[in-house]
Amino acid sequence: MFEHSDTINKIISKRKLSKGIHELWIFNPFVSKHTKPGQFVIIKVSEKGERIPLTIAETNGDNFRIVVKAVGKSTYELCSLKQGDILFDVAGPLGKPSEVKFYGNVLVIGGGVGIAAIYPIAKALKEVGNKLTVIIGARTIDDLIMKDEFEFADRVIKATDDGSSGQKGTVIDFMEEELRNSKYDIIWAVGPAIMMKFASEVADKHNLPIWVSLNSIMIDGTGMCGGCRTLIKNEKDGEIKYVCVDGPEFDGRYVDWDSFMKRLNQYKEQEKIAFERYLDQIGDISWL
Amino acid sequence: MAVRDRIEVLEQPAEQRKNNFNEVALGYNYDMAKEEAKRCLQCKVPTCISGCPVGIDIPGFIREIVKENLEGSFKILKSYNYLPAICGRVCPQEVQCEGACVLSKVGKPINIGALERFVADWASENNVQFENTEYSKEIIIKNNKKRVAIIGSGPAGLTVASELGKRGYQIDIYEALHEFGGVLIYGIPEFRLPKSIVKKEIFDLEKLGVNFLKNIPVGYAIPVHEILEDYDAVFVGVGAGTPKFMGIPGSELNGVYSANEFLTRVNLMRAYKFPEYDTPIRVGKKAVVVGGGNTAMDAARSALRLGADVTIVYRRTEAEMPARKAEIHHAKEEGIKILTLATPVKYVGDENGNLIAIECVRMELGEPDESGRRRPVFVNGSNFIIEADTVIEAIGTEANKFLLSQFPDLKTNKYGYIITNEYGQTSIPKVFAGGDIVTGSATVILAMGAGKSAAQGIQKFLED
Ligand SMILES: Cc1cc2nc3c(=O)[nH]c(=O)nc-3n(C[C@H](O)[C@H](O)[C@H](O)COP(=O)(O)OP(=O)(O)OC[C@H]3O[C@@H](n4cnc5c(N)ncnc54)[C@H](O)[C@@H]3O)c2cc1C
Ligand SMILES: Cc1cc2nc3c(=O)[nH]c(=O)nc-3n(C[C@H](O)[C@H](O)[C@H](O)COP(=O)(O)OP(=O)(O)OC[C@H]3O[C@@H](n4cnc5c(N)ncnc54)[C@H](O)[C@@H]3O)c2cc1C
Ligand code: SF4
Ligand code: FES
Repeated sequence: MFEHSDTINKIISKRKLSKGIHELWIFNPFVSKHTKPGQFVIIKVSEKGERIPLTIAETNGDNFRIVVKAVGKSTYELCSLKQGDILFDVAGPLGKPSEVKFYGNVLVIGGGVGIAAIYPIAKALKEVGNKLTVIIGARTIDDLIMKDEFEFADRVIKATDDGSSGQKGTVIDFMEEELRNSKYDIIWAVGPAIMMKFASEVADKHNLPIWVSLNSIMIDGTGMCGGCRTLIKNEKDGEIKYVCVDGPEFDGRYVDWDSFMKRLNQYKEQEKIAFERYLDQIGDISWL
Repeated sequence: MAVRDRIEVLEQPAEQRKNNFNEVALGYNYDMAKEEAKRCLQCKVPTCISGCPVGIDIPGFIREIVKENLEGSFKILKSYNYLPAICGRVCPQEVQCEGACVLSKVGKPINIGALERFVADWASENNVQFENTEYSKEIIIKNNKKRVAIIGSGPAGLTVASELGKRGYQIDIYEALHEFGGVLIYGIPEFRLPKSIVKKEIFDLEKLGVNFLKNIPVGYAIPVHEILEDYDAVFVGVGAGTPKFMGIPGSELNGVYSANEFLTRVNLMRAYKFPEYDTPIRVGKKAVVVGGGNTAMDAARSALRLGADVTIVYRRTEAEMPARKAEIHHAKEEGIKILTLATPVKYVGDENGNLIAIECVRMELGEPDESGRRRPVFVNGSNFIIEADTVIEAIGTEANKFLLSQFPDLKTNKYGYIITNEYGQTSIPKVFAGGDIVTGSATVILAMGAGKSAAQGIQKFLED
C-alpha cells in the first residue's frame, strides 16, 4: 500500500490555460487521497531545484491538479515540462484546510492564478449549502483562467481590467459593489498580495471576516524554519505566525501587509540572476 | 606513569578552510590511527564504555586496530552503532567516552572519536559490508510478518530501523523532507559532516530491508489513524525542529533568519552553491549570530564561508557557552568575533524592510538560575548599535508540533515533548517515541540511545 512507485509524481497531463499559466495533473496517491480544500504541496522540479509551494486545485483518484503561473526560474521550469515527465519531489498535502461550513451568504474572490486556488474552496463551500457568489478577474479575457468552471456557484462575475469579457473593472470594484448591494456573512479572497490587501481593507470597512491565502516564501513547509513567518496584528502589537502550518489562510484584516509584501521581495536580486541564467540555457520562451 | 602524547588529527588550515565548505578535520591515516590505538591501556574495567550512551565495546574495537584487523574492528563498531562514521565526527566525546577514559586523569584521553571515524571511513573506502550474523535465520523469518512504521529519519528513527531491521522486522521509514537524516542533513554543515557520508551510512540500512519513503508528512499525507491501523507498532522520532524567535521588534525584517532556516538553505538546499542550485540565501557583509550553542557556531561558520564578517553575540560569558570547546576554538581560528555579555533588543530596518542595524544592550551576570549558570541581567541604559545586514537567531528550538497537532491522543508534557517510559513507550501502547521529541534538543548519540531502548521496547511489545 505504501510502496514506492516508479510513476509517482509523473505528469499525467498538461494544458496551457492562458499566456504563462499552465495546468498540470500529477500522479501521487499520498497527496491526492487526503487533500482538503485550502491545502498545498511543495514541489522540487529538478535535482538542484528549490522547494516551491503550490496550491492543490483539485484531486481525482490518485491524481491532483495544480495551476502554475510562470514568474521565475522554478515556475518556468515547471511549466516547460511535458506530459510523462516526472517531478523530482512532491510533498503534501500541507497547511491547514479551509474552514468549510455553512455560513449563509459567501463571497469568493479570485484574482489571476489565485482563481485556481479559490476553486476547491468555492466548490466545498457550495457543497455544504452556502449561497455562493464568485468574482474572478484578470487583466484581459485571454488571461482569465477557468472561467467556465464556476457554474456550480449561484452567481459568477467575470471581471477584466479592460472590459474584454463584458464586465470592466477589477475584482475589488465588483467586490465593493456586491458589499454595497447585498448582505454577506464571510469572504474568501485569493490572488496577488496587493489584491488581497485591498480586498481586506474593503472587508474591514464592512466589518466582515475575510480569509486570504498568503503566498509567502517557503522552504520546508512543515514549520521547521520560520522562513514563511508573517506578522499578524492583534489589539496590542502583533504575533508571528508560520504561514505553512498556522495558515496559509488568515483573516486578511489582521495581516501586516506592509511587512508581508516586503518579505516577498527578499530574494529579488538572486531570483533575477537565477532567471537570467535559466533563460540563457533554454532560449526561446515564446511558447509560454 | 608517563602518558604518551595523543596523536593529533590532521586539519585543513584555518586560512584555507574559511573559504570552502570542505570538511575541516581530515582525520587519521593508518599509521597515526595505529599509534593512537596503541596508547589504549585495554582496561579490565573500561570506564570509557560507561561514558558511551550506546555502550560500544571501545577497547575491543581499538584492540583490533592494533592487531591490524580493521574489518574485525568495523564489525564490533557496527554491531553497537549503525552510524559510526557520523558519531565519530559529531559526538561530544569530551563529555562522553573520552571524558570517562582513565587517561583523562593523567593526560589526554584516547581519541576514541577519531579512531571510530577512521575505521568507519576505511570500511566505506574498501567496500567492507556489515553482515547481519547476529540473529538466526529463524528469528529473522519469524519477525518478518510484523510491520513497524518509523516517523522521522533523524538519528533516533534510523537507529530503531537498524535495530529492528537486523531482527527481520518489516520497516517503513517516513520522512517529510526530500532527504533522509534529520538534523544530520539539514542542520549540521558539510564542513563538519559531509553529506555523502550521511547518505552512505543511511543507505546501508536498505540492506537490512528497511523501506525508505521520502516527501511524506505523516499526519497530512497519511492520517495518523491509518498508520495506527496498518502497523503493529509505530516509532515517533520527529525531533525538536521548531525554531524559537526572540520576538523582539523587527523580527519580520528581511535579513533576519532563524538558524534553522539559514542552515536548511545552506545544507539541505545547497544554497552555498547558488546559482548552480536554485535556492538563494542572503548574507551581506556583516552578519551577527545570536546564541552560544553548537547551532550558533555552525551558523556563524557557514555565514563566514559565504563571505560575511561574522560576530557572535552571547548574553553570558564564554565559560557558559554550551557549544563544544573545539568548535568555539575552530570558529575563533577562522576569524569569527565573539561579543559576550550582550543581547539584541531591537532590529532596525530601512524603508525596503531590510535589516541595517541591531540595537543591543549590555548584560551582567547575577544569581545562578535552575541550570546552575549565573543568570544574565540587563544593564540599564547601556544600549548600543551594531551595524549588520544579516542576523541569525540561534537561541534554541522547541518540540516539533507538526505531527503532534494531528495526534491529539498522544500525551505530552507542558513543554510539548512526548511522555514515555524507559522503553520509549507512550500513552498509546503501540506507539513508541525517542530522540529530541522526548528529551528536547540533545545530541545525536542520545537520540540513538533512545532509539535503541525503544527498539527493545517494541520488540518486547511485539514478542511478549
Ligand atoms: C501556499 C502557497 C500557495 C501557492 N499556490 C500557487 C499556485 O497555485 N499557483 C502559482 O502559480 N503560484 C502559487 N504560489 C506562488 C508560487 O509559490 C511562486 O510563484 C513560486 O515560488 C515562484 O518561484 P519561481 O522560482 O518561479 O520565481 P522566483 O524566482 O521565486 O520569483 C519570481 C518573481 O515572483 C515573485 N515571487 C517570489 N515568491 C513568490 C510567491 N511565493 N508568490 C508570489 N510571487 C512570488 C518574486 O518577487 C519575483 O519577482 C503559492 C505560494 C504559496 C506560499
Ligand atoms: C545545527 C545543529 C548542530 C548540531 N550539532 C550537533 C553535534 O555536533 N553533535 C551532536 O551530538 N548533536 C548535535 N546536534 C543535535 C542533534 O542533531 C539532535 O539532537 C539529533 O539530530 C536529534 O535526532 P532526532 O532523531 O530526535 O530528530 P531529528 O534529527 O530532528 O530528525 C527528525 C526528522 O523527522 C522529520 N519529521 C518531522 N515531522 C515529521 C512528520 N510529520 N512526518 C515525517 N517526518 C517528519 C523531520 O523532517 C526530521 O528529518 C545539532 C543540532 C543542530 C540543529
Ligand atoms: S578507558 Fe581509555 S584507556 Fe581504558 S580502555 Fe577505555 S579508551 Fe582505553
Ligand atoms: S516554510 Fe519553514 S516554517 Fe514555514
